Amino acid sequence: MSLIRKTAAELGALVASREVTAVEVAQAHLDRIAEVDGRVNAFLHVDAESALAQARAVDERIAAGETLGPLAGVPIAHKDVFTTTGMPTTAGSKILEGWQPPYDATVTRRLREAGLVILGKTNLDEFAMGSSTENSAYGPTHNPWDLSRIPGGSSGGSSAAVSAYEAPLSTGTDTGGSIRQPAAVTGIVGMKPTYGGSSRYGLIAFASSLDTPGPFARNVLDAALLHEAFSGHDPLDSTSIDAPVPQVVEAALHADVAGMRVGVVKEFGGEGYQPGVLARFNEAVELLESLGAKVVEVSCPTFTYALPAYYLIAPSECSSNLARFDAMRYGLRVGDDGTRSAEEVMALTRAAGFGPEVKRRIMLGTYALSSGYYDAYYGQAQKVRTLIMRDFEAAFQQVDVLVSPTTPTTAFPIGERADDPMAMYLADLCTIPTNLAGNAAISVPCGLADEDGLPVGLQVMAPVLADDRCYRVGAAVEKAFESRWGGPLLSRAPAL
Amino acid sequence: MSAITRDEVAHLARLSRLALADDELDHFAAQLDQIVGAVARVAEVAADDIPPSSHALPLTNVFRPDDVRPGLTPEGALSGAPAVEDDRFRVPRILGEEE
Repeated sequence: MSLIRKTAAELGALVASREVTAVEVAQAHLDRIAEVDGRVNAFLHVDAESALAQARAVDERIAAGETLGPLAGVPIAHKDVFTTTGMPTTAGSKILEGWQPPYDATVTRRLREAGLVILGKTNLDEFAMGSSTENSAYGPTHNPWDLSRIPGGSSGGSSAAVSAYEAPLSTGTDTGGSIRQPAAVTGIVGMKPTYGGSSRYGLIAFASSLDTPGPFARNVLDAALLHEAFSGHDPLDSTSIDAPVPQVVEAALHADVAGMRVGVVKEFGGEGYQPGVLARFNEAVELLESLGAKVVEVSCPTFTYALPAYYLIAPSECSSNLARFDAMRYGLRVGDDGTRSAEEVMALTRAAGFGPEVKRRIMLGTYALSSGYYDAYYGQAQKVRTLIMRDFEAAFQQVDVLVSPTTPTTAFPIGERADDPMAMYLADLCTIPTNLAGNAAISVPCGLADEDGLPVGLQVMAPVLADDRCYRVGAAVEKAFESRWGGPLLSRAPAL
Repeated sequence: MSAITRDEVAHLARLSRLALADDELDHFAAQLDQIVGAVARVAEVAADDIPPSSHALPLTNVFRPDDVRPGLTPEGALSGAPAVEDDRFRVPRILGEEE
C-alpha cells in the first residue's frame, strides 16, 4: 500500500521503527500534492524544501536514539489561520497577502515539537467566515468526491487535503461548524474540542468566545492522536482551561457503546433536510442501538434559535476583532499618497482588502452592537445563548451524548449559494448550538446519500470536557460501519 | 418594511471604516435587510429574566507574575509593516489640517 493511503498512526510507527524515513513519507505526500492539487486547490502555500528539512531532522533524532511521540515524522497541513514562522499566513484574505508572522501559534509550536512535518497552509473562507471555502480571496477549493462541489467551510482546504490523500492530518478551526461540516461533506473525521481545550494563541481571531482549534483525519484514532498532541493548558490564552486533557486516545481505542445513553435531538430533522441525509442518520442511530446503546429522543427547544443567535454574536465579535486590520502595523495599505488621513487610508484599505462576506459580517456586527439596537439584538442573543446552554445541561442529565446529522445536506455545487448568505448560513444549522455552549462534538462518516452518492456525517455531541465520549462513540460507529462497508467510506471516493 | 436602508448601510460602513462603492451599498442593503429580518427571530424567545452569557464557560481574570521575558525584537515587530521609518511604524497623518 502506498504511503499516502496509510493512517497517521501507521506512518508514525513506520518512522519510529525506521522501516520508512520521515523524508520518504514527506516526499510521497509532496508528490501527491503536485499531482492533484492543481485540481483540488486545497493548499495556499506548500513548502517542499522546508517539509523535507523538518523530516530530515526527525529522521536524525530517531537515528540518534531519541524516543519521539506517536506522530513524529507524520505530515500535517495547517489551516492558514494559524500563525507559522517561516511561512506566510493569510487567513484567506487579500489584506494579509504575503504576511509572514513573527511568531508561531501554540498549536503550530506544539505540533512542531511533537515532530509533525508541516507540508503547507490550507485554503479557507476569508477569516474563517463561510461554509464553502468560496469566500477565499485565492479561489475556491474543490471537493475531492466531486470537483464541481464545495468541500465545506470554513476549513475546506484542510478537509480536502486529507480526503484527497494530500496529507494524513490537518488542523482546522470551528466557530460555528467549520471543522465538522467540512469533515462531513468530504467523508472524513473532524472534531471540535471543548472550548478552551485547545489554545487560541496565534489563531487569527474571528469570534473569540466561539473559535476552537481542532483536528481532521481519515479515522477516529488519528484525530484523537492529533487532538492530544496539541491540547492542554496554555498560559498564553486567557480562556484556556487549566485541567487535564480528556483521555481521547484511550477512548478512540475503546470502541464500545454498550450501555451508553444516546439522545436523538428532536429539533434536527424534517423540512430543509435532504432525505438521503436523514436516511443515513437513521441507520446510524439503529446501528448504535444494535451495538447496545440505549437510544431516546431528547428535545432541546431553543436549538431552533441557535442560528439567529449565532449570526448576531459571531458578527458582533468579528466586527470588534477585525478592527485590528487598520493598515498601520502590518498587512495591506491602500491609498497612502501623502494627502489622505490615516482614517481615509484605513477605510480604503479595508474596502480593498476584505471580501464581501467579511464586509457583511463586520457591518452586521456593527449594527447589532449599535446604541438603540444592542438590547434587542446582541443582548437578546446572549440570553438565547444561556437558554441553549440550559437545554444542553438538561439533555445531558438524561443521556451521555446527543446525536444528529452533521449537516442538513450533502456538499452543494460551487456557486449555488455564493450570493445568498442566508442559504449558506443554513449549512451550520446542526453544528452551531455546540459552539454557543462550548461543549465537544465530532463528525464521523455514516454513509453516502442515495440521491447524489455523496458523504453524510453523523454528529456526536458530548458535555464540556467529555471530549472522550465523542471519540468513544465515533470509534464504535466507525468500526461497525467499516466492517459493513468492507473498508473506510473514503475508499469509495472516485479516483482523482 | 425594510429595516436596513441604503443610508443606514452607508452609516454602518463609515462606522466600520469601509469605503464602499455606490453599487456595494445597494447590494449590501438588500442582503443585510434579509439577514437582520431572519436573525430578529431571537426576539420571539421569552428571556426577560434570563441572564446573558458572553461566554460558554465561567471566566475569571487570569494573571501572570510580572516577570521580564523576551518579546518581539524591533525587527520582528516591524517585519510586516507597510511603511517603516527610524525603527517606527510610519503612518498617514492622524490629525486634521486645522488641528
